[in-house]
Amino acid sequence: MYYLLIFENTFTIIETEKKIIRSSKKFSDIVFENLTLLFAITIIVIVVFICFEMFKDSAISREKFGFGFITSEKWDSVKSDYGALTFVYGTVVSSIIALLIALPISIGVAVFLTELANSITKTTVSFLIEILAAIPSIIYGFWGIFVLAPFMRTSVQPALQSTLGFIPLFQGATAGFGLLTAGIILAIMITPIITSITRDVLKAIPVSQREAAYALGSTKWEAIKMALLNAKSGILGATILGLGRAVGETMAVTMVIGNKAQIKESLFEPAYSMASVIANEFAEASGGLHVSALIEVGLILFGVTFIINSLARILIYSFTRKAQAR
Amino acid sequence: MSELILDNIDNNYVSVIPAAEHSTAAVEESHEHLKYTVETENLAVSFFGREAISDINIKYRSNTITAIIGPSGCGKSTFLRALNFMHDLTPGAIVSGTIKIHGKDISEYDMTDVRRRVGMVFQKPNPFPTMSIYENVVAGLTLHKRHKKSHLDETVEKSLMLAGLWEETKDRLKVSAMALSGGQQQRLCIARTLAINPEIILFDEPTSALDPMSTAKIEETLHILKKDYTIVIVTHNMQQASRVSDYTSFFFLGKLIEHSKTRTIFTSPKQKLTEEYVIGKFG
Repeated sequence: MYYLLIFENTFTIIETEKKIIRSSKKFSDIVFENLTLLFAITIIVIVVFICFEMFKDSAISREKFGFGFITSEKWDSVKSDYGALTFVYGTVVSSIIALLIALPISIGVAVFLTELANSITKTTVSFLIEILAAIPSIIYGFWGIFVLAPFMRTSVQPALQSTLGFIPLFQGATAGFGLLTAGIILAIMITPIITSITRDVLKAIPVSQREAAYALGSTKWEAIKMALLNAKSGILGATILGLGRAVGETMAVTMVIGNKAQIKESLFEPAYSMASVIANEFAEASGGLHVSALIEVGLILFGVTFIINSLARILIYSFTRKAQAR
Repeated sequence: MSELILDNIDNNYVSVIPAAEHSTAAVEESHEHLKYTVETENLAVSFFGREAISDINIKYRSNTITAIIGPSGCGKSTFLRALNFMHDLTPGAIVSGTIKIHGKDISEYDMTDVRRRVGMVFQKPNPFPTMSIYENVVAGLTLHKRHKKSHLDETVEKSLMLAGLWEETKDRLKVSAMALSGGQQQRLCIARTLAINPEIILFDEPTSALDPMSTAKIEETLHILKKDYTIVIVTHNMQQASRVSDYTSFFFLGKLIEHSKTRTIFTSPKQKLTEEYVIGKFG
């Protein structure tokens, strides 16, 4: 026990003796505790190890290009000049498109499932959503190549161009393969995650909250609005999980994004993502610098994911803190 | 036998009845001219075809407090929740019969309008956890449309005053409602209900989750509210019924057994069943 004594501007901490009472532990408990501790430590070790390896193996690239690696648009394996900006751009923009499309749809579906659907529709739709989540990404990629991309080229992109063509985002050649198509594929892929988590969050709101809203004379829509407000931190968490998947998604994106290292205003233009470039070039990387540069791209991808998750944590924390004691 | 029972009643309720006696006596006279705010005719509620309550014919005068008593599962809450369409939320629930509010059939009102006229306070305090005290009080107003801040401020002060929470919270209105104690939360829920200016307030065992001090405060509030509202309160606590109410309805197995002035119910009930319940023979 500590006593804090304050004598005019100076203070001293005096420790006094205190007998601490502890319960005696069973041997099996000790084993169990240490075993779980070991598993917990494994997680930390894995993360640190991956980080360390990528950092070490990207040494050549880091020494050669320094911080300029992140800001350079060039990616030229002939001249051995590498920069990751185009890939960061491709990853971030396609993920944002995916989120903008998937979030409203997911919330809509979740609200329908929890508040409006009858039990037969509820079961059917829930089941189909889980199926959607279980489809391998290569299948999405195939579908993207043979169905979505041609459809984008012949219908969606011309339509967007004729209506919203005054915005630079929707100008230029309508190739089918590009950022927008990748964003839409990603949106379809992350909708199941966001939907099912949002549904669970909404389901977890106690009936008493719903009754409170109705008893105040709210309409169904107003009560749902109230429930969504209640669940905002959970929905944010769901969104971040979806975003995490979108950022890291490799196969489906590689198949539809166009794989061209460039930054163009138009969303119709082909682009390249971090995960895609690693997947495409790693096998035939020429020389140590190329491999090293690819590993550094991986390191940046890791960093982006880390930043997204941290931001989400902070946001959720501030929400819940506000809710508990402002 | 009945002599004996009556003796028992006197012994058990000797501390309670005199207080109630004055108020009910005064109420009896003053209420004669008042019209009925709530009337039900042949009201029945069934869940998945199984009848929970039936043949409920009851009339409530304005500016009175009516207590609904009865053993668990007798349909007290079911009856209460029928009065503001709360059964709409329960799957399989069917309400039949007639409910009139101010002489007008409930089906002629808009559903949300009924709920605004007939406020409800629940058994467990249920403030909105993500909102501040202030936001909770005005939640019913801001749901529908925008209001001037001055109007909201005024409503918050008035409602919290009435609910007896103003003094404790006026300096921390922006604090989360979850920072309040259970009793304070319940009074906040009362304030929230008052803010939408209902005519009738239904209380579904409002104090069963609260300590005696908080209970006393809420009972005090009920007495103040009586001036402006019609109050119906479901309670498990018979002392509470006799303390706060002017009229008492006794429910048993989904039927209304007896509805009368509270003093009558507790001293000389007409039905044997009521008598037995009141003296604690079952329930």
